[in-house]
Amino acid sequence: MSETLQPDPRVETARRRFLAGLGALPLTAALSQTSTPAQAASVKSSARIVIAGAGAAGLAAASQLAARLQDASITVIDARKEHYYQPGFTLVAAGIKPQAYTVSNTGDYLPQGVEWVTERVAEIDPEGNKVVTESGKAVAYDFLILATGLELNYAGIEGMDTARIGQNGMGSIYHSPQAATATWQAMSAFADKGGIGVFGRPAGEMKCAGAPLKYTFITDDHLRRRGNRGKAEIVYMAQSKSLFGVPIVAEKVRMLFQDRGVKVNHEHVLQAIDLDKRIATYKTLTGTAEQKYDFINVVPPMRAPEVVRNSPLPWTEGPFAADGWVEVDRDTLRHKRYPNVFGVGDIAGVPKGKTAASVKWQVPVAVSHLIGDIAGKASSEVYNGYTSCPLITRLGQAMLIEFDYKDNLIMSFPGVIAPLEELWISWVMKTMALKPTYISMLRGRA
Amino acid sequence: MKELDPLVFVAVFQEMLGPLLWVMLLVAVVGTVAFLALLVRERGLVSRRLVRAEVLGVFGGALALVIMAKVSSSGFTDAGGPADWFLIALVYGVGLVATVILTYTLMGWMSPRRATS
Repeated sequence: MSETLQPDPRVETARRRFLAGLGALPLTAALSQTSTPAQAASVKSSARIVIAGAGAAGLAAASQLAARLQDASITVIDARKEHYYQPGFTLVAAGIKPQAYTVSNTGDYLPQGVEWVTERVAEIDPEGNKVVTESGKAVAYDFLILATGLELNYAGIEGMDTARIGQNGMGSIYHSPQAATATWQAMSAFADKGGIGVFGRPAGEMKCAGAPLKYTFITDDHLRRRGNRGKAEIVYMAQSKSLFGVPIVAEKVRMLFQDRGVKVNHEHVLQAIDLDKRIATYKTLTGTAEQKYDFINVVPPMRAPEVVRNSPLPWTEGPFAADGWVEVDRDTLRHKRYPNVFGVGDIAGVPKGKTAASVKWQVPVAVSHLIGDIAGKASSEVYNGYTSCPLITRLGQAMLIEFDYKDNLIMSFPGVIAPLEELWISWVMKTMALKPTYISMLRGRA
Repeated sequence: MKELDPLVFVAVFQEMLGPLLWVMLLVAVVGTVAFLALLVRERGLVSRRLVRAEVLGVFGGALALVIMAKVSSSGFTDAGGPADWFLIALVYGVGLVATVILTYTLMGWMSPRRATS
């Protein structure tokens, strides 16, 4: 898809839909934009496909492959039986949704005929075309879809203890559904009395880079609603010179932070934390800086899981090498050195793209290239870096932000939903429509 | 590649509403058919009944907004721009029209034929 020569087809379809008089249903129009795996002709094959990881990307890939391949052997390997709807963690930590909102069973989404090995992957051997599980079982493959997700490297913050999330003013939403609930309790206690609230994000790649910003806005709003904003100071520690990877969005967030009275410190990366004394230590350009807090949302550094870092799959040079992100082509998500390996979801070493919305656009591309290999007909599908984030800016409002590799804003509803506008409709989308869309994606129906 | 697929609408709404989706669709279809049948039987609209149904429709629209606020953990007071007013009008309008048609139809089929003069 050459964006410079022709308009984005999604924008075009949305526009046509609107012009056709269905503009009254922009939400559902967006949800129905999809590549349609179920309708594609089914391909007969005896290929052995292994999917490492049963998160959003792994399950979506399993469903799409199962729908399009006949007689292929598809094996999903993941030890965890619970499936987490991670985009819901922020809503749990905001006191909007219960913890159960984010937890379901992986087994509910696995299509028929797909084998599930409930073990951790211990070794990936792309030279020998096999994956070895922790019990020593070797699973050979013709194609590997790597969808392991990423590792939250809490150990990268000295003094951090995940067992103490929710205690003494320390929260950390990303850790788990339980931690999201514990964070809500800690934040709510802070909103009752005020003090210093400290937010921020790690250096390097992370999933849903909007979430640390969202939680800053949400905390600000809870303080205001309880009449305690005047008793509180909110500090946001940005890891770089900017507040967000997309410049136009960063500038908008800067304006909103100014409006809400959020103090910003740039080039501050959380390095250590004293959970008893409530002091966070940041690495700065000149050394270190200490910050006292009454509430802090710890966002850990993120990197590829150990099993991937120890394999030959990560980038060996460039910005994605240090944290072990997998060396895939950014257009096709195919591994650059091992063409029968694809990387989708958080593990993919591509700019942007670590959100569930990205998965929705990545998986059909990787799947179509894999099936193209089997059918002997190369696919021309391309992933353009599409990433989206309903950036909550207060309870009841969000900005629907969608962008691509080139930092272009993409608008699913041009003329209806402005991307940098704080809107209720975007909040409605986030709270009502995204989870059903996500679940449909897991089932290969969206 | 990227097309609009009505099946995706169905899939998403099914996840959102569960069996309620089918109940709502059934009510909509049965209600519309019964309304049209009533029009045929009575050879037109009965204005007295329509006015009563419209009064109820005003409340039906408001109820739709209350339900929307409940399920979205927010409300129309959070409106921030034109798209929001559009959504509010849409939700209110759907609630109003559905209530008017359903109550008009119910009243019509439940009342004896005295309505026709």
